[in-house]
Amino acid sequence: MSWMRRLLALLLLGLVWAGPSRAVQPDEVLPNAALEHRAREISAGLRCLVCQNQSIDDSDAPLARDLRILVRERLTAGDNDAQVRDFVVARYGDFVLLRPPVNVRTLLLWAAPFLILVAGLIYLWRRTRQQAALASAVPLSDEERRRLEALMQEERAE
Amino acid sequence: MIVEIGHFALALALGVAVVQALVPLWGVSRQDTALASVGPAAAITCFLLVAVSFAALVSAYVRSDFSVETVVANSHSTQPLIYKFTSVWGNHEGSMLLWVLILTLFGALVALARNSLPMRLRAGTLAAQGVVTVAFLAFVLLTSNPFARLDPPPADGQDLNPILQDLGLAIHPPLLYVGYVGFSITYAFAVAALIDGRIDAVWARAVRPWTLIAWVFLTLGIAMGSYWAYYELGWGGWWFWDPVENASLMPWLAGTALIHSTVVMEKRDALKVWTILLAILTFSLSLLGTFIVRSGVLTSVHSFASDPGRGLFILGILVFFVGGSLALFAWRAPLLRQGGLFAPVSRESALVINNLFIATACATVFIGTLYPLVLEMLTGDKISVGPPFFNATFVPVLVPLLLLLPVGQTLAWKRGDLLGAGQRVLAAFILGILAALALIAFSRGGPVLAPLGVGLGVFLVASAVFDIGERVAGRASGVQAMFSRAVGLPRSAWGTAFAHAGVGLSVIGIAAAAWSTETIGVLKVGESMSSGRYTITLDSIAPRSGPNFRAEVARFKLAAGDRELGILEASKRVYTARAMPTTEAGIRTDGLSQAYVALGDPQPDGGIAVRFYDKPLILLVWLGAVVMAFGGGLSLTDRRFRLAAPRRAQPRAIVQPAE
Repeated sequence: MSWMRRLLALLLLGLVWAGPSRAVQPDEVLPNAALEHRAREISAGLRCLVCQNQSIDDSDAPLARDLRILVRERLTAGDNDAQVRDFVVARYGDFVLLRPPVNVRTLLLWAAPFLILVAGLIYLWRRTRQQAALASAVPLSDEERRRLEALMQEERAE
Repeated sequence: MIVEIGHFALALALGVAVVQALVPLWGVSRQDTALASVGPAAAITCFLLVAVSFAALVSAYVRSDFSVETVVANSHSTQPLIYKFTSVWGNHEGSMLLWVLILTLFGALVALARNSLPMRLRAGTLAAQGVVTVAFLAFVLLTSNPFARLDPPPADGQDLNPILQDLGLAIHPPLLYVGYVGFSITYAFAVAALIDGRIDAVWARAVRPWTLIAWVFLTLGIAMGSYWAYYELGWGGWWFWDPVENASLMPWLAGTALIHSTVVMEKRDALKVWTILLAILTFSLSLLGTFIVRSGVLTSVHSFASDPGRGLFILGILVFFVGGSLALFAWRAPLLRQGGLFAPVSRESALVINNLFIATACATVFIGTLYPLVLEMLTGDKISVGPPFFNATFVPVLVPLLLLLPVGQTLAWKRGDLLGAGQRVLAAFILGILAALALIAFSRGGPVLAPLGVGLGVFLVASAVFDIGERVAGRASGVQAMFSRAVGLPRSAWGTAFAHAGVGLSVIGIAAAAWSTETIGVLKVGESMSSGRYTITLDSIAPRSGPNFRAEVARFKLAAGDRELGILEASKRVYTARAMPTTEAGIRTDGLSQAYVALGDPQPDGGIAVRFYDKPLILLVWLGAVVMAFGGGLSLTDRRFRLAAPRRAQPRAIVQPAE
């Protein structure tokens, strides 16, 4: 039952309670407003690895603070946004990205909404055409109408 | 003693639920009316027994009976009475008992409902509801007994998680559970219809009020939970795309689709198979939500209980009810005859499109929530699917739906006139465009998409208002005629208008979030800080003590320009029993906007870290949800739900005049 073990591992991983968020501290804020804005945008997309579904921007865990400071250091050093993200991913893997990268493993994830919508639209379009064909079907002949009437009478009598 | 009575009543309820699950169906198959009518009595008895059990647990908490394990783990003698009471469901065991209480309450309500359900349908529904009750009672009794004793009892309890010591806990879970569990009735109706092999407008009309009740409560529950997170978690966010939030959003979306598809079924006898499937899926998603929360399989900020044994049990329940009902569906659905035909351009088609988009949105949330889990089980790769993914996929699916909504709302049944519908919504559309253009001009250089979002919201609200206005004004003139027409309009028409206007209001509130501003800084007494339109000045910091916590309270003077808005208090608390800190944000409502202050850590130089937000129009996010729920409630009072459903022998009577 290896998946059970993984499930357990996942459980344990999540047990670190993050508590109320204080997140970005005043001493972290960069003096350059434009850089700070970029830092916030990047941080909001990076997962706090010891928390439960929080970005490092939202979390007050020490590790999240370290990462926030790291992001700001890279930005100050002149990295562009993608370079900063790559730097963090190189250390922590794709798991750290809250927006999963599009690759073979996540193709289905990203394509699914679109595929479902298109499949649904195609199905509806075909059904509409079938219905249109039905609606324009040949009307009942007099003989058929009489038989139908008789059947309905039977049904009512029951 | 009281505790043992509660435990015993719960065990007895399980026995009664077994009777409720088996005897009515047996009666129906033997054509024995006496046996078939055991269902209602059993459902009511079952509810009364669970109510006794729940009352016993409440009494144990209120009396602080520390010989009971869950009371020790989740309560404290110094808690205010209201939190002693809400602690009952602030933990796994108690919240599952609340779940079962609501489940049996719905069973009892179906048993007591005065509308003349066909005997077979009622028996089948109560039996299906009975099976669900058996499963969950067994779950509570076998894995999550809230009445377990502790010997020797400790001197005091360990207190409730401080985050949960809030009025939100008194309101949010009960609302949410009524919503979640309410869909069990639609599920039971669907299973009964499949067993019976017959489904018609009578079925749709019988199901619709229950769907509406569940939907109204789920809407309010989600909105309340979102507002609670907003003011309690202390950074002003109100939706995190967290697995537990997604778990409540999925049944809400499916339920929304269901409300719309049952309308088509009731009025036009079409979409039967799809409606049945949707009814099954909606409750299945509720069960999935319960599994996600209760098993902690996708850990998140919300789950305060996680235990693999319980997880497996609920997984079993989930597989049984979802798999069982889908198998039944695959077997019996082909027997259901398809009903009324409709043209490609018609109200029916509009509602089909509505269902397609909502189902896609729901599937998007479903896949996004479970994909990481499945991927990790299959390949061992760990990925995160967070807010950026959902914003990039969910929103593009929803926007076309919202753009089409006003058009669909004005189309006629059977065969509509697209050009006419377009003309009718034109005024509202122009109003929306003007609003967007005005905002773009006004906030030059600001966010680009937000004005369009507000424009969309204005379009939705205006089209709902104009639609009702047109029907009230009509061709006749005179205030009297208009008033009588307004009263004469079906309540469900008013309900639709309110619900759709509510969607618009929420959209405006969500879009306006783009203009919210945040300032982070350090303040000493006497210093000021501003964010957006507001300025705060730190007046004082003083300690204060509560019944079971100590707090540092910061008082701020709040002003908007020259306008004094009074004193704002934000605090940090430490709950003594658990030594756990919380932040209590200071929030001042100013019209539909809010000023929001959260405290950070004290700084070495004597100041205190402060996060200060201006949140324009933020209240619309939740107000919109309340208006939606109000619309649902109005629909519920529609005349046709208060009358007996017509018998099947008079097919003509069930055709409603087109609205």
